[in-house]
Amino acid sequence: MAEKKKINLNRVPIPKQEPSVRSKNFNEVALGYSEEQAVEEANRCIECKKLGCKEGCPVNVDIPEFIVAVRDGDMPEAVRIFKSKNSLPGICGRVCPQETQCEMTCNLAKKGAPIAIGRLERYVADWERAHPEAAEKQKEKPIPNGKKIAVIGSGPAGLTCAADLAKLGYEVTIFEALHARGGVLMYGIPEFRMPKAIVQGEVDYVKSLGVEIKLDWVIGRIATVDELLGNGYDATFLAPGAGAPMFLNIPGENLSGIYSANEFLTRTNLMKAYLFPKYDTPLKVGKRVAVFGGGNVAMDASRCALRLGAEEVYIIYRRSIVEMPARLEERENAEEEGVIFKLLTNPSRFIGDEQGKVKAVELYEMELGEPDESGRRRPIQKPGSEFIMEVDTAIPALGTRPNPIIPSTTKGLAVTKWGTIQTDEASGRISRDRIWCGGDMATGAATVISAMGAGKRAAADIDAYLRG
Amino acid sequence: MNKILVKKELAAKIKLFDIHAPEIAAKTKPGHFVVLRISERGERFPLTIAGADTSEGTIRLVFNEVGKSTRELGCFSEGDEILDVVGPLGNPCEIDSFGNVLCIGGGVFAAPLHFVASALHRIGNNVITVIGARISDLLIFEDELESVSDEFHISTDDGSKGHKGLTFVKEILDQNSIGRAIAMGPVAMLKAVSEITKPYGIKTMVTLTPLMVDATGMCGCCRVSVGGETKFACVDGPEFDGHQVDWELLTSRMRTYLTDERTASLFYERLGRGD
Ligand SMILES: Cc1cc2nc3c(=O)[nH]c(=O)nc-3n(C[C@H](O)[C@H](O)[C@H](O)COP(=O)(O)OP(=O)(O)OC[C@H]3O[C@@H](n4cnc5c(N)ncnc54)[C@H](O)[C@@H]3O)c2cc1C
Ligand SMILES: Cc1cc2nc3c(=O)[nH]c(=O)nc-3n(C[C@H](O)[C@H](O)[C@H](O)COP(=O)(O)OP(=O)(O)OC[C@H]3O[C@@H](n4cnc5c(N)ncnc54)[C@H](O)[C@@H]3O)c2cc1C
Ligand code: SF4
Ligand code: SF4
Ligand code: FES
Repeated sequence: MAEKKKINLNRVPIPKQEPSVRSKNFNEVALGYSEEQAVEEANRCIECKKLGCKEGCPVNVDIPEFIVAVRDGDMPEAVRIFKSKNSLPGICGRVCPQETQCEMTCNLAKKGAPIAIGRLERYVADWERAHPEAAEKQKEKPIPNGKKIAVIGSGPAGLTCAADLAKLGYEVTIFEALHARGGVLMYGIPEFRMPKAIVQGEVDYVKSLGVEIKLDWVIGRIATVDELLGNGYDATFLAPGAGAPMFLNIPGENLSGIYSANEFLTRTNLMKAYLFPKYDTPLKVGKRVAVFGGGNVAMDASRCALRLGAEEVYIIYRRSIVEMPARLEERENAEEEGVIFKLLTNPSRFIGDEQGKVKAVELYEMELGEPDESGRRRPIQKPGSEFIMEVDTAIPALGTRPNPIIPSTTKGLAVTKWGTIQTDEASGRISRDRIWCGGDMATGAATVISAMGAGKRAAADIDAYLRG
Repeated sequence: MNKILVKKELAAKIKLFDIHAPEIAAKTKPGHFVVLRISERGERFPLTIAGADTSEGTIRLVFNEVGKSTRELGCFSEGDEILDVVGPLGNPCEIDSFGNVLCIGGGVFAAPLHFVASALHRIGNNVITVIGARISDLLIFEDELESVSDEFHISTDDGSKGHKGLTFVKEILDQNSIGRAIAMGPVAMLKAVSEITKPYGIKTMVTLTPLMVDATGMCGCCRVSVGGETKFACVDGPEFDGHQVDWELLTSRMRTYLTDERTASLFYERLGRGD
């Protein structure tokens, strides 16, 4: 390790598109470091003996090693170090909530200036994409071990599990219900945060390991999990995510003009409604849009609505800013772009016009009471505080739960009251032999990196199990 | 993959395709549907499966060219492949011994209705079939349906063939004790049928066709209100009890994109497929 370095607390900021410009396009908001900026940031790492950073990463990326490679300008080495633990650097560098993971536990975080690990990761991934010739030489293909694995879902959990098993010599097939590969990364997270070409590039890397991906295969319909196991697959990893939307369950919610965030984002991102009529899928966005909820999904939906031409976009959240679950960075981005936050406010009903289209929402004010089970102060309605707000589009963004198709078509799955599959976190094992589970299906809506961590642990356990 | 093996024009703007999709065919039951996407820029849209041949590995689709996607699909020829075919989706129709079953199909839905009626007939139900269309030239699957029906009626809106309108159905209900009614067709027809059967207390199952996106339960676009409860037609249906459906809501939700659909059609007429 290097001798003790002078600590530099000036994090290199990441260039971004101007708010007034970016709120009108779907191009990426953050522009990424230049080589000089990346090296400068990498130089700040003090190469600690006791590593904080690595502990905070659910897949244990060798953080200081790859940072040193960046500092020394040895990008192929940085790529190699990173990919030995994580097959999806361009994705994690962009959407990992670093501030609560590796960057929170970085030893410089106490001083308020953790190393910008995510931004460096993103830099390394982008460098690799720009230099395909210098990219990691394909290691020799592992010797096939003759065992076949079926992975359900091509989101981060499924892709990671598939990649790890392929590297160990398994013949892996991913079955994906949609026509696109990548799960939420493709249908949920918008282009301006997670460019789809980058997702596809990283999926291609997984494919290059020998993984086959079958699209348009809804497991539970075209084949059940039991049929896969009976048709030559030695094990199955369930990673279908948690994609079923929740609604507010208040009167008027089925009026036309009211979309679940999932529908709104799927039309926008997966189906590219922002390019209608060049692309066929339409999406009606009015002048005044209300998004209900305070998570990342609400931020994404509101920012898409702005970009689709809405004049006023409101985030309506029943607690205060302190309890808001969205990442700080995304909240700031949304505010800079002009999204208006209406806090401590909750809807009671939607009001429609003669044609059955939403025209207004009734809201009431809330105040915070005692903390509830989640430890957050419980919002309670202020009596007599009702008021009407005109809106022409409304988007409940209240979270999602697992889709019941697989649990209802697979025998003997122990399911929790939240609809998730009861799963041993450390191994991914469930109530049935030869079936593993991970990602949002096991935990409920969580993060990309936690889904990847689950995919990795399951791959290791499947390998241990099948080798006996 | 998904190669069109047979293409027929059944009537003006009504086409039939037999598509090679052996895995889907093996799992198809009457009442299932598929979702298609026909180009990289295309939308996902549902069509009911009108038949499946497991030995040939084909599924049959019959569709009406009403807007951009279906018109573009209509230009496909035998030998062409369809980019995405997802299925079988939804729940199959309930096929059971009901005694006398009234099967009513409107427009293109006479074809998937034939699939359902055949299954009901095969297990010994007494099948009374009514098919309807706006005008006689748009009637399809007459012979096929007649051959699986014990009683067969035709209705046209203008009376150009068979009965005029659907009021005669009351006579069928007066003369027979019907165990179950099954209707597939345009929403207005499903609603009319449900209103006719309601006073008779005949359980009436209708196949609803709300707008859909993923058709796997992930977006809620297809939500309908049945018996006061919100259901996702793609996973909870598409077959529902017609006496419980909120028709007004369904109709208004289906009109959400009318102007956009026209824009898409115009754009298509001017520029063609564009890719
Ligand atoms: C709008 C939005 C923004 C988000 N932003 C962030 C963020 O910034 N950072 C972050 O870390 N996390 C974010 N998340 C959460 C994160 O995306 C998820 O936690 C993660 O994608 C879960 O991964 P997964 O592999 O478990 O499932 P998913 O990504 O949901 O993938 C599951 C895949 O399985 C497929 N599938 C489902 N059922 C079947 C079936 N029956 N047969 C075959 N295939 C099936 C689905 O089509 C899907 O492609 C966000 C989520 C959303 C919705
Ligand atoms: C479960 C299900 C099964 C279906 N089965 C069949 C089938 O077997 N054969 C068939 O021809 N059609 C079927 N449909 C309807 C078919 O999906 C639509 O006609 C098609 O999506 C229209 O696309 P388009 O781009 O050609 O027309 P668009 O431009 O989208 O629409 C043109 C016109 O058709 C109407 N329309 C649009 N979507 C629907 C819809 N979902 N139902 C009824 N009318 C609609 C519009 O209001 C408009 O007037 C089914 C729909 C569902 C939901
Ligand atoms: S994968 Fe995520 S948590 Fe791990 S080092 Fe990268 S940004 Fe941090
Ligand atoms: S804890 Fe922070 S400063 Fe220390 S090695 Fe890790 S990234 Fe570098
Ligand atoms: S079409 Fe998306 S949930 Fe039914």
